[in-house]
Amino acid sequence: MAKSDIIEHKEKHRHIEPENPLGLDSPRAKVVLAGNPNVGKSLIFNYLSGVYVDVSNFPGTTVAITKGSYKEYDVYDTPGIYGVSSFNDEEKVAAEIILEADIIINVVNSLYLERDLFLTLQLIEMGKKVSVILNFADELKKRNIKINAKRLSDILGVEVINTSAVSKAGFEQLDYAIENARMGKQNEDLHKVLHNFLNRVGSQAEALLVAEGDEYISRKHGVEPGSADDREYIYIDRRNRVNEIVSFVEVEDTSKGRFFNLFGRLAVNPITGIPILLVLLSVIFFLIGDVVSQRIVNFTENTIGKRYFEYYTKLLVAEYASTDITVNLLDDKENVEESKTFRIPDGFSTAVEMKNDFRKISRLPNAETEYHFHNPFVRLFFGEFGVITMTITYLLFLLLPLVISFYIAMAMLEDSGYLPRLATMLDRTLNRIGLNGRAVIPILLGFGCVTMATITTRLLTTDKEKSIANAILQFTIPCSAQLAVISVLLSGAGFKPLFIYVAVIFTVMISISTFMNKVLKGAATPLLIDLPIMRMPKLDNLFKKTFFRTYGFMKEAYVWFFVGALLIGVLEITGLLFVFQDLLAPVTTAWLKLPKEAANAFVMGMVRRDFGAAGLFAIELTTMQITVAIITITLFVPCIASFMVMLKERGIKEGLIVWFSAWILAFFVGGLTAQIII
Amino acid sequence: MHDADIKRHAPTLVPGTSLDKAVKGTYFIIADIPHGLHKVQLIRLGISIGDKIICLQRLPGGTIIIQKNRQEIAIGYHLAREIKIQYI
Repeated sequence: MAKSDIIEHKEKHRHIEPENPLGLDSPRAKVVLAGNPNVGKSLIFNYLSGVYVDVSNFPGTTVAITKGSYKEYDVYDTPGIYGVSSFNDEEKVAAEIILEADIIINVVNSLYLERDLFLTLQLIEMGKKVSVILNFADELKKRNIKINAKRLSDILGVEVINTSAVSKAGFEQLDYAIENARMGKQNEDLHKVLHNFLNRVGSQAEALLVAEGDEYISRKHGVEPGSADDREYIYIDRRNRVNEIVSFVEVEDTSKGRFFNLFGRLAVNPITGIPILLVLLSVIFFLIGDVVSQRIVNFTENTIGKRYFEYYTKLLVAEYASTDITVNLLDDKENVEESKTFRIPDGFSTAVEMKNDFRKISRLPNAETEYHFHNPFVRLFFGEFGVITMTITYLLFLLLPLVISFYIAMAMLEDSGYLPRLATMLDRTLNRIGLNGRAVIPILLGFGCVTMATITTRLLTTDKEKSIANAILQFTIPCSAQLAVISVLLSGAGFKPLFIYVAVIFTVMISISTFMNKVLKGAATPLLIDLPIMRMPKLDNLFKKTFFRTYGFMKEAYVWFFVGALLIGVLEITGLLFVFQDLLAPVTTAWLKLPKEAANAFVMGMVRRDFGAAGLFAIELTTMQITVAIITITLFVPCIASFMVMLKERGIKEGLIVWFSAWILAFFVGGLTAQIII
Repeated sequence: MHDADIKRHAPTLVPGTSLDKAVKGTYFIIADIPHGLHKVQLIRLGISIGDKIICLQRLPGGTIIIQKNRQEIAIGYHLAREIKIQYI
């Protein structure tokens, strides 16, 4: 694996410098946080470095290494792993940085001591300086479990401290843990074996991995890896020692302390799990589709955005710019009842009376105002697709509230521990399309952000699984921003268009994945996933996560919105937009049965998918035309950001195939639907 | 280490029962796990031959959820079929 592979983008965090990914020449000591998935590494990293990293309650949240600094140390957060080896990409990434570490802070979930100590022992056997953090002290108390940290420390030969990452209890001891990290007690027999390898591979840590049959590390040193039997032997021996240690240090006071979570049990069984899923989805859809997209957005977009922001901005511009303004007064059915046009060749500044008149009439509740600026540049920035007016309204007053609500919903699903259970429930269903239950995680995350979800396809095992999941994401999953716009377009249209939309997209999803499952070689790998405890999402983490994701989204999105608006604006002013519209006209009007301006949405959609969907607002469409348009836009090419990430994750060839197929698929399916329903 | 040796070569005591057929709510002992990546992954999660496990759920289609101590693990049908168990 190239070093550059380690420097993976996660979200908008500080990243390792590409020139020197592991800080090899840095004199600062490297402190690496290592632990099983879901043990609270990221919260501790967050505390130490002040760098925010996404925290969730499911395995695979951290797919990359994040670097921060704390006092005189460089601190690294790593993906959760059950052991150091190179079974998949996540593990390779983690193994590399663990090998480089000066000090390892091994974070352990006290509830799952038996599982987590396996990694602890391995780290100690690697000869690393280690301190152990027993996290989730609060959960232990709730369940009447006691762990004798002193005894554990004696057995392991390293410092062991208790913390509760969520409430930050015990964090004041982290300094002590870092400063007092040391080599633990070595397993004598194993140690002797490792010495034979030592002179060939350089470090005890690597010697251990080679002895355990790690092909990647072995290849690096040109030595023969240990056999599968050797590995099993070492693993079983380690497992037995872990079990022994646990029986020494852990006491469960009462058998009633055993965790039993009814909801968690019900959520995995299809008989109860499918209704639970449907209820959850309905609640989310109701909250977002009705409360947020109807009521809140109606207020933010129409009142704040159009009535105040755009109104005053345009009025200010009209003060000096030459323009014609048409004010239409609408009746209850939105038909134009009365129309008045103001012609101000020198702007309102020289026509004060006309301005007063305009302000009176344009402030009536049923008034609709259209500006026709004469100067093309003024039109470019303040006109119908105005780079400034339209972009700001869409971004701040339409998308922002919707994206926030989607991210809150996603964060709740993630933090509750529901996702791995959903993965379990859908495992057999997904087997049929060549995936296992784990694939549900990237697919569901895609409803938040397809770009981010594409990165998490890494937690799947085989290339085939990754390709199928990637195709599902890129072709069929609308991201939160796009969904937001779609739910606004669909809201109030009744049940039928929604049903058609979902049915068509779902059919396409099944067809693509079934097709790929047939064509690509290999079988689905069986599911093997640990189910974290179900817990109430913590509000502060929920808000923090939503805030950072929204911030990251806006920071990335606004540039593309301005670029897209500028592109459309320039195309419009130069007349190229009409050329493009005419070119696509046979497809748009005859095949898709949409007005030819709908082609604008496709131009915009190449920049950002949601932007494409938003472009449909400007056009008068019937309900069925909206249905066809959103189906086409959903299946259309992924946004630039997703496209770039896909090229990186899946390779140029696969990326380009997906991108070009999206054109064909979108127009084919959209048109087919149009021929049937319009 | 001696112990491990014995476990490694332990014969399957009760033939014929595999994890996918485990009855919900019953305890059993893992008798055999096929060699390979999954075995190693299971060992790391805390499941190895000789361990006492409870079957929490059997989902339609054969996905099995087992629990050892407090740790719950979901195992897909195709893997469960390969794992031999013995009732206690």
